[in-house]
Amino acid sequence: MDVSNYVYLSALLFTIGAIGVVVRRNAIVIFMCVELMLNAANLAFVTFSRIHGNLSGQVASFFTMVVAACEVVVGLAIIVAIYRSRRSASVDDASLLKR
Amino acid sequence: MLTSPKLDYALLAPILIILATAILGVLVEAFIKQALRARLQLTISLAGIVIAFEQLYRVRNQGSSMAAITSVSIDGAGIFLQGTILVLAFVGILLIADQDHFAPQASALPGSIEEAAALESGRAQTEVFPLTLFAVSGMMLFPVATDFITLFVALEVLSLPLYLMAGLSRRRRLLSQEAALKYFLLGAYSSAFFLFGAALLYGYSGSLSLNGLTDAIHGGGGNDVFLLLGIAFVSVGLLFKVGAVPFHSWTPDVYQGAPTPITGFMAAATKAAAFGATMRIFYVGLDAAQWSWKPIISVIAVVTMLFGAIAAISQRDIKRILAFSSIAHAGFLLTAVVSLNQSGLAALLFYSVAYGLATLGAFGVVTLIRDSAGEVSDINRWLGLGKKSPLIAATMSLFLLSFAGIPLTSGFVGKFAIFSAAYESGNIYLVVVGVLASAIAVFFYLRIILMLFFADASNDSVSVVIPPLLTRVAIFLSAIVTILLGLAPSILFDVAQNFAYFIR
Repeated sequence: MDVSNYVYLSALLFTIGAIGVVVRRNAIVIFMCVELMLNAANLAFVTFSRIHGNLSGQVASFFTMVVAACEVVVGLAIIVAIYRSRRSASVDDASLLKR
Repeated sequence: MLTSPKLDYALLAPILIILATAILGVLVEAFIKQALRARLQLTISLAGIVIAFEQLYRVRNQGSSMAAITSVSIDGAGIFLQGTILVLAFVGILLIADQDHFAPQASALPGSIEEAAALESGRAQTEVFPLTLFAVSGMMLFPVATDFITLFVALEVLSLPLYLMAGLSRRRRLLSQEAALKYFLLGAYSSAFFLFGAALLYGYSGSLSLNGLTDAIHGGGGNDVFLLLGIAFVSVGLLFKVGAVPFHSWTPDVYQGAPTPITGFMAAATKAAAFGATMRIFYVGLDAAQWSWKPIISVIAVVTMLFGAIAAISQRDIKRILAFSSIAHAGFLLTAVVSLNQSGLAALLFYSVAYGLATLGAFGVVTLIRDSAGEVSDINRWLGLGKKSPLIAATMSLFLLSFAGIPLTSGFVGKFAIFSAAYESGNIYLVVVGVLASAIAVFFYLRIILMLFFADASNDSVSVVIPPLLTRVAIFLSAIVTILLGLAPSILFDVAQNFAYFIR
């Protein structure tokens, strides 16, 4: 099977994530879409690593996983704090700062 | 056969010292009793920054592109920016030291019994100090990182603490939490773009380092689609961090919602770090492909300058005005990036000091103007403050004049340096737009000054509180530097000239 198909797959996943962030209204779902984008980047890193025959891309994907885990911790903390004070995780409800 | 990595600890020490201090701060938070904690955290943080600066000063004339194998390149510009970030962090922590701005327990529900109890008994958490230091360590790594893994990790290390810090405000907590949510979601979105861009550039060049990227561009033969998309996506991540149009929409909301000392620190230090990294990526990694990105970044610089200056006119909230002003300043700094010459780099270094300190000073003054419910950021209620407290109003005016770029302030010298660098590189239209945008910006800065001094007080509930000692020191330092760099710019400008180089 042609390795470059994985590049197309990662581009597709990234696009789904990027569109999802824009159209979904629930903070948790938006956050999941961002994670999908990070994982698409991981897939791209690993595929390119295979194509170029060096290991840097695979190492990069490990770092991405660690950073994504940290981001989950911070992100969920913020979303849970918002949910507790508003009883809603919708980003449309959080609009006090609109002019 | 793997060779063990060689680290140059002397050059990396400033970053490591800050990280160690931050970890020490976490331990203090866990083990030291409540009464001593705030004071101890403050002492430790300031001491860590001073020690890191001292080490940085010691290695100022050394440089190496191999400080951590090929991942970190400590060179003149890197050392200058690290020093800038440390100075800004020092002044920022003096402002943060006033614990009155922060929620006693950020995890407690706003308006709940636990929150009131924590406030009454004085059981305040002081995690803001270690968070600040973690952010500072990321900021110091960001402009010296030379491969995309390190760049991404540094970007996240600087961003994640800032997301949390934006939500720590004691008053108007819902607003503050909302700012944290917006900042987090948009920040995570933009760093995903940055990462995917890095993956595409890796696909183009087969190497994660900026040098490998340059070699691949010179060599040709790679897939240009990956290169162009990679440049675009990496730029989105960087332009978001610096707050350039069209990725600026988070700036006013986050600046308004975050606790004011945090806003000041974030505005000043993040700009220095993010522009340092932007300059390095474009200068070292993408210089050979400049015809692909220069036209677009120039257009973004033009739009950013004009948008920031025009949008600020209709704002009434001082923190939002300063946010739009920071967008305009991002446009000026992008002009320096597009110049792609040594004087552009020197101008960027000088500007990040001048703008950073004036910003910290301005937000420091904002923390002082209050009524019974907390800070008053609506400028219509600032009418006539110059008559009640002339000194504070004069200081604020000084910072605003510096933002406006009036001669004899540091802002004028910075703008002049940037425009002459742009002129030198042949981007005359950028100079014209820049001067035009500055002229528009002068309007709303002067309007605030007129409101402070030449209007009768509208109500008496707004007053200037007696500043705590450390806030006073921070504002005083910023004001002195702003005047000094305006009167005798060569003190710092010569240094910036000497340090304005990248090691490839």
